[in-house]
Amino acid sequence: MLFWTTVRVALQSLYSSGLRSFLAMLGIIIGVGAVISMLAVGAGAQMEVTQKVSNMGTNLLSVRPTRSRSQGAAGAARQNLTLEDAQSLLAIPQIAEVAPIVRDQGQIKYYEQNAPASIIGTAVTYFSTRSLQTERGRIFTEFETEKSMRVVVIGSTLATELFDTTDPLGENIRINGEDFRVIGILKAKGDRDRDNPDQAVIVPYTVAMKKMMGATRIQDIDVRGAENCDMTAIQNDITLMLRKQHNLLPDTDNDFQVFNQAELLETASEVSRTFTVLLGSIAGISMVVGGIGIMNMMLLTVSERTREIGVRKAIGGQNKDILLQFLLESILISCLGGVLGIVFGCGVAVAIENFAGYPTVLEMNSILFALIISTAVGIFFGFYPAWRAAQLDPIEALRWE
Amino acid sequence: MVQLEEIRKTFPMEAGPVYALRGVNLHIKRGEMVAITGSSGSGKTTLMNILGCLSSPDSGTYRLAGEEVSNLSQQQLATIRSRRIGFVFQTFNLLPRLNALQNVELPLLYARATAGAIDRARHALERVGLADRVEHFPNQLSGGQCQRVAIARALVNEPSIILADEPTGAVDSVTSQDIMKLFHSLHAEGRTIIIVTHDQGVAAQCERQIVLKDGTVTIPGKGGNS
Repeated sequence: MLFWTTVRVALQSLYSSGLRSFLAMLGIIIGVGAVISMLAVGAGAQMEVTQKVSNMGTNLLSVRPTRSRSQGAAGAARQNLTLEDAQSLLAIPQIAEVAPIVRDQGQIKYYEQNAPASIIGTAVTYFSTRSLQTERGRIFTEFETEKSMRVVVIGSTLATELFDTTDPLGENIRINGEDFRVIGILKAKGDRDRDNPDQAVIVPYTVAMKKMMGATRIQDIDVRGAENCDMTAIQNDITLMLRKQHNLLPDTDNDFQVFNQAELLETASEVSRTFTVLLGSIAGISMVVGGIGIMNMMLLTVSERTREIGVRKAIGGQNKDILLQFLLESILISCLGGVLGIVFGCGVAVAIENFAGYPTVLEMNSILFALIISTAVGIFFGFYPAWRAAQLDPIEALRWE
Repeated sequence: MVQLEEIRKTFPMEAGPVYALRGVNLHIKRGEMVAITGSSGSGKTTLMNILGCLSSPDSGTYRLAGEEVSNLSQQQLATIRSRRIGFVFQTFNLLPRLNALQNVELPLLYARATAGAIDRARHALERVGLADRVEHFPNQLSGGQCQRVAIARALVNEPSIILADEPTGAVDSVTSQDIMKLFHSLHAEGRTIIIVTHDQGVAAQCERQIVLKDGTVTIPGKGGNS
């Protein structure tokens, strides 16, 4: 009874000082909004990783050169993997397939049509390590690879962009000035990492290295373990094998890294992690600023209502009644801010998904979490003003004009 | 009902201590209607604060309805106030955001007497003649009506004493008479009423006057002993 009367009075007093309440809430709104959108981005990235891992199977590994830190441009990839390295890995018993990969970017032309695409030069095995299937046509063969034949399998998006209504199969396209015959079109994947096959052309690595890129080194090696293999053991075996291949002394660091699928995708979602950190710090700062805003408003409220506090005490209100009343008021205001913040955060999450292209997932847990956080802020920053109110001397308070 | 013995209260000030009460002896019987008067600086307000259990005396004993209340903690005093004392203030001091009924109900809620609180509050408003104003907010009521609501709030808990501080100080003379009539009728029901005032007209209507001067009772009224 007393509780509901108190809630009602608190709501009325918040309502009657509308703009002031809203301004005091603003920090909480922004803070909770940031928390909600941060968690949504995080959950979205997590979902994407999980989904991909389960799509691709957990027995895929990727070998990449270690990013050099010592040389000028941080993160520039070294090129130290060779076809022989890839070949050597086949000696490891638990490894089922190995696919060497070289990459480039280029313009793809079909008569007057022109589109940018990533060029992937690889072996036949790539299609199985990455679970790529053709929508129409076929993938290239080992024979075609061996003979460096100019055949290409193209991504679905690219096919539409270049060919519109024409049937691409059997047509010649020009990749960085070299003619290739289209033999297959991939099924759409809808990915957006750097090997997005929808916007790629896949050619035999032999052609890619010799004719197009003039490369002797490869960039990645995809490795697929046999069914039910021990991935940790394979990772160790690869490390040992490549150290031997690269003639590394026992005290030198690896010049390559072996990623499993989960690690690989986590690297891919690094950007969304940056988002998370950014939003997290905005959230933290806003919550503190918001809390201070609420505290400020509550101190003002307490001093404005000193006389009311005196009256309440005179007619029998205990210190704890007064404390509870003002604490409830600050909790209400921060919770209201929290609810508005949740709405705001959901909006931000939708915007991130639509404009930045990162998948977001709104979870019930994060909404609960946001409510708990805002309640905690209300209690923490509302306690001091409420305590001050409770400690007022009734005689002094009644005399206050 | 009220029994004060050798009540003293001193306020330390920079210019030296101010002896507000210097040994006040006072008895008020159940059902009496008493006026406490005195010029400003006589200790009137300090005495009222002690009678109303808003503060404690430095020394002396105060027994209210047989219960020693002179050495209680703030929390215990609040409990006494909520059970034993009904305050009526000069400026009504109704809570602006609550309607008449809610204002009257509040002491019951603070006394944790929630069962039937609304009905009791409604009864108290009927008693002061405001049965048709229960939903009105203080700013929708006249001064006299506000004071009636305040009186209803003071008596809703069936307190041992109703303590009124200049209850007619903020209303015109006609309304003032109405309010005094209300006090008389409450007195007639057997309630104990203490009115602190400097209005001689109001004081004269009480059964007896207690006059404070320089922190002591100077003229004991009839029936009092000191």
